Amino acid sequence: MLTYKIKVSEKEGIFDAVGHGALKDIQDLGIQGVRQVHFALLYYINGDVNQAQITRIAEELLIDKITQEYAISEGRGTRDERRVVEIAYNQGVMDPVEESVLKAISDMGINGVISVRTAKQYYLEGEFSEDTAKIISEKLLYNKVIQHVANRGTKDEGRGAKDEADYKFKLITVDLLSASDKKLREISKQGQLFLNLSEMRQIKNYFKSLGRNPTDCELETIAQTWSEHCRHKTFRGKIEYREVTTSQGHKVTSSKKIINNLLKSTIMKVTKELNKHWCVSVFKDNAGIIKFNDNYNICFKVETHNHPSALEPFGGANTGIGGVIRDPLGTGLGAKPIFNTDVFCFGMPDYPQGKLPQGVLHPKRVAKGVVAGVKDYGNKMGIPTVNGAVLFDEGYLANPLVYCGTAGIIPKDKCFKKVNKGDLIVVVGGRTGRDGIHGATFSSGELTHESEQASSGAVQIGNPITEKKILDTLMQARDKNLYRAITDCGAGGLSSAIGEMGEESGARVDLEKAPLKYHGLSYAEIWISEAQERMVLAVPKEKREKLLALFASENVEATVIGEFTGTKRLELFYQGNKVSDVEMKFLHNGLPQITKKAIWKQPRFKEPDFDCPQDLTDNLKKILSHYNVASKEWIIRQYDHEVQGGSVLKPLVGVSNDGPSDAAIVKPLLASSKGVIVSCGINFKFGLIDPYQMAASSIDEALRQIIAVGGSLKEVALLDNFCWGNPDKPDRLGSLVRAALACYKTAKGFGIPFISGKDSFYNEYSVNGKSKSIPGTLLISAIAVMDDVSKAVSMDIKKSGDLIYIVGDTYPELGGSYYFDTLGFIGNNVPKVNVKRAKALMDALSKATNRGFVRAAHDCSEGGIAVALAEMAFAGGLGLEVFLGEVPYKTRDEGRGTKDEGRKTKNAARNDFVLFSESNSRFIVEVEKSKQKEFEKAMQGVSFGLIGCVSGGRNLKAYGLDGRPCVEADIYDLKEAWQKPLRWG
Amino acid sequence: MKPRALVLRTAGTNCDKETAFAFSEAGAECAFVHINELKNKTQRLSEYHILVLSGGFSYGDDIAAGKILANELKYALGNELKAFIKSGKLIIGICNGFQILAKAGLLPGNDTLEQEVTLTINDSAKFEDRWVYVRGMRDEGRETKCVWTKGLPEVVYLPVAHGEGKFMSKDKALLQQLESNGQIVLRYCDEKGETAGYPANPNGSENDIAGICDITGRIFGLMPHPERHSFGWQHPRWTREGLRKTGDGLQIFRNGVEYAKKYL
Repeated sequence: MLTYKIKVSEKEGIFDAVGHGALKDIQDLGIQGVRQVHFALLYYINGDVNQAQITRIAEELLIDKITQEYAISEGRGTRDERRVVEIAYNQGVMDPVEESVLKAISDMGINGVISVRTAKQYYLEGEFSEDTAKIISEKLLYNKVIQHVANRGTKDEGRGAKDEADYKFKLITVDLLSASDKKLREISKQGQLFLNLSEMRQIKNYFKSLGRNPTDCELETIAQTWSEHCRHKTFRGKIEYREVTTSQGHKVTSSKKIINNLLKSTIMKVTKELNKHWCVSVFKDNAGIIKFNDNYNICFKVETHNHPSALEPFGGANTGIGGVIRDPLGTGLGAKPIFNTDVFCFGMPDYPQGKLPQGVLHPKRVAKGVVAGVKDYGNKMGIPTVNGAVLFDEGYLANPLVYCGTAGIIPKDKCFKKVNKGDLIVVVGGRTGRDGIHGATFSSGELTHESEQASSGAVQIGNPITEKKILDTLMQARDKNLYRAITDCGAGGLSSAIGEMGEESGARVDLEKAPLKYHGLSYAEIWISEAQERMVLAVPKEKREKLLALFASENVEATVIGEFTGTKRLELFYQGNKVSDVEMKFLHNGLPQITKKAIWKQPRFKEPDFDCPQDLTDNLKKILSHYNVASKEWIIRQYDHEVQGGSVLKPLVGVSNDGPSDAAIVKPLLASSKGVIVSCGINFKFGLIDPYQMAASSIDEALRQIIAVGGSLKEVALLDNFCWGNPDKPDRLGSLVRAALACYKTAKGFGIPFISGKDSFYNEYSVNGKSKSIPGTLLISAIAVMDDVSKAVSMDIKKSGDLIYIVGDTYPELGGSYYFDTLGFIGNNVPKVNVKRAKALMDALSKATNRGFVRAAHDCSEGGIAVALAEMAFAGGLGLEVFLGEVPYKTRDEGRGTKDEGRKTKNAARNDFVLFSESNSRFIVEVEKSKQKEFEKAMQGVSFGLIGCVSGGRNLKAYGLDGRPCVEADIYDLKEAWQKPLRWG
Repeated sequence: MKPRALVLRTAGTNCDKETAFAFSEAGAECAFVHINELKNKTQRLSEYHILVLSGGFSYGDDIAAGKILANELKYALGNELKAFIKSGKLIIGICNGFQILAKAGLLPGNDTLEQEVTLTINDSAKFEDRWVYVRGMRDEGRETKCVWTKGLPEVVYLPVAHGEGKFMSKDKALLQQLESNGQIVLRYCDEKGETAGYPANPNGSENDIAGICDITGRIFGLMPHPERHSFGWQHPRWTREGLRKTGDGLQIFRNGVEYAKKYL
């Protein structure tokens, strides 16, 4: 048996894209001295093959004859060049290309190959020290969570995982019965169970009543089932809530409010009370389902994958999108994914390297890795990524947020599942390995600088092609009625999937039957592994052969590993030995009810006090260049946003296909005129001042984007995704409660139900025992059914001579605005939502658009009117002239006291406030002159103003309240200011 | 009778549905056939008129885009493919399909199925989804020999979405030969049909090559996606330029169907 090394590199004179990219990143890092980087891919091929066969493999398979060359050596060989860095995957980490290379070799009729591992080789040219080479490797070339530098002389050959000794069964029990409280805490901590003392005591009592200690497997199962990640203890528990607000300079403490189950009393309550007939399945399944047409429904789910992305951005985001795609697949009897969304929050991309806390990756590296991870998985799955947002703030430095969403289409008679007694448990897809152990519990704790070592097993790499094969096969199996229920293996692996499916009936599993990636896994590891790309089916016995044959015909592994029993117990065996036997009732309902304290103290930020500058052009440019406002084209283009052919309104629109669309419209059925609109609202800055207004504003934002593209509020559903800090800390929980209360009030007022959601807590990072939380961040995603996609409008200005309107009132609401941000302030007067008026206004505008009176519409959000006008102008390539005096501007309103404002900014009607206020429920609308009367009639009863016209040419000009120009700029300069910051090459 | 198109599927194929939709709109009858079905002979290539290799990431594009499926086609179905081509039938490869045809040696095509051209990593070193203009051969003063590109407007607007689309030939002589044979049937250009650099040529292809055909004109490969502009509402600017019923790409599918109806 021999290991051959085949080195594949570009021929002389051929562009070395990877090497070139690495060099750019090195220079970005500020490192001097490296002149050039040469990249090569190494294949280590192990097996019974001769030299001639290896040559054939190299020549006919591994190289592209036109551009590449190869070199073969036996064994790893000695390294003579000091500056060669070779990066290989760690033991137990799946090599993403191994399976397909093995397949291709056997296609060639060569059968002796046993394993293929790959490694990356970088040859650095230039004058620099050994230390610099080390820094480059660590900062850029590899991530120790999944990879290592294959050092000279080490004999790891990359095939270690395969050589691991077989596992010998030994039942492990954990001594709880004799454990003191201190010991219980220790057991929880050492086992990474993340269970608190009262939970540990409950488990101890249960096993006391059984007269025995739990096995490791039982304890793990309970910990995972009871984890915050799976159980949503915070949202479903009991909360004591108080508010401390300031009124006329005095602190007012509200009385204590007891909330039993925050989820049921806010988010789910909206849906229940609205009771929409088109809500098909809500809060029950892996995704919420609404009606699409007479034959099909649509489902939608958004998840987060924050902790893994902090440690391994590519793998974390990769498996994040892979995981959320399995949600529609596991909804009802399986939905076909129709689009993905993604929203990211990162630290500032220009954060100084030297100031990074220990163990924290640089935000730019995180951002690039996350984008690459989403791109890789989404594109390879053939699902268009059509909508999203990217935000940067120092608060996300150690805890990036990665929200991934997937919607699917499902025949209406396939929306429900039922497990019957006697159904077989079949696991399909990828094999089980040691990857992703403890993911569910890991995400239920805070990150520290040790997380990358302690929890490295929690980070996984995805294999999108395996998941694509599952999708292709599953849709056929579904339509042939070959199974009765399905769910995905997500956090908690088989434990979670089978535990959930078997809740009513009970389940028996023979763990040794699960197909493994390599030997050596214990029964407990098999049970809790979170290896990716696996689904669990409940298959009627008589369908067994058909189902297995179908999966085999598409080269997807499917294995019967047990049965749903009817005993109402979870019974696990390994080679005939019982390793778990607990009641489903205890597993699912045994969790002790906990009470958490929550308090929200209204913060007080410095109120700026300055005169309004006469010329605001530079202020506008600064806001356009803010990372959070700037064009995200660099990211968007790397996603295939048009695969499946149903893209009606793309994320980039306008005369040069580069303006920021408000929402995306997708046709899930190409032959139908119906479409689905997707949008999102997120604004953590408002939450710094008041989480209530953040939540209300986010809902308003998501809805107004739907209206802006020509949708209506008739059939819209919302998803909530709360990313917060540690909910055991009363201040963190207090702001969460306040945001959830707003979700109820606002969504109810709009008449828009929530259909699903998810929370992610413990987004905190501790250094030296001091813990820092992310800003509480709520993402609202909205999905709407559109009857006729030909009514869609885009935000780009269309024609010279058209009229420009603003719809909605503007208030001096600059708190949390980007105008204040660029001046170094936060402020206090945060935008609010008058739901009743907002709804009337959106309904009116929607009708006007539907009747064809609207040429373009864009919602006012970050940067207010000014940014909306600028974006519309440069997207359309046409100049505008507007008069701020025509903007309906209100300095006072019920409940909108401005008494807290600074002296000069008090009650002021000022050009800067009119231009940059981020008041909600506003749109800029372009109307053809000949439609003026009809449009204005349609908008009767709603606040609007005719503020200007499309002047053509290249200028954006705004006349201030005094009639003098306050903004005058070339729209292409504005566009450059907007495009430059995130043009990452 | 409707011409029968075989839309080939394997792990990672993903533009099959919309490509079949466009073909059906153009009048073909499409069947989705997994490569295993051809290998185990439950399906026979010879019973179809058109072989369609759609876009996607066959086998994850591991090793290089399209390489593993190209390898599989060559070794497992080489003879069937040769017979299919010999009998005068049609093949179209879009995006990943073009990469497969090139790497299997079916384009530009020779008897030994030796690879002579490639589609390699974009000069921008990244995957990009963007709309491009491509022009046919009309401006060169000659009628195209390619079955698939007849009657196209002078400049055609289609999206590309790939990371490995840079066309390269093994040498200058071959490139010259392709030029003089009239096998280069689509070239990236600007909206006026003029040669322009990046991003008009989105990947750095030699001679702005976006699509080529074999010597017979019946095997056609292109990087842009005609199925993504077969209908007016797929156009990125229909909201400003007006909604047309069909898109530029549909003609390509119609050409295939018409040819099959007439000659096969």
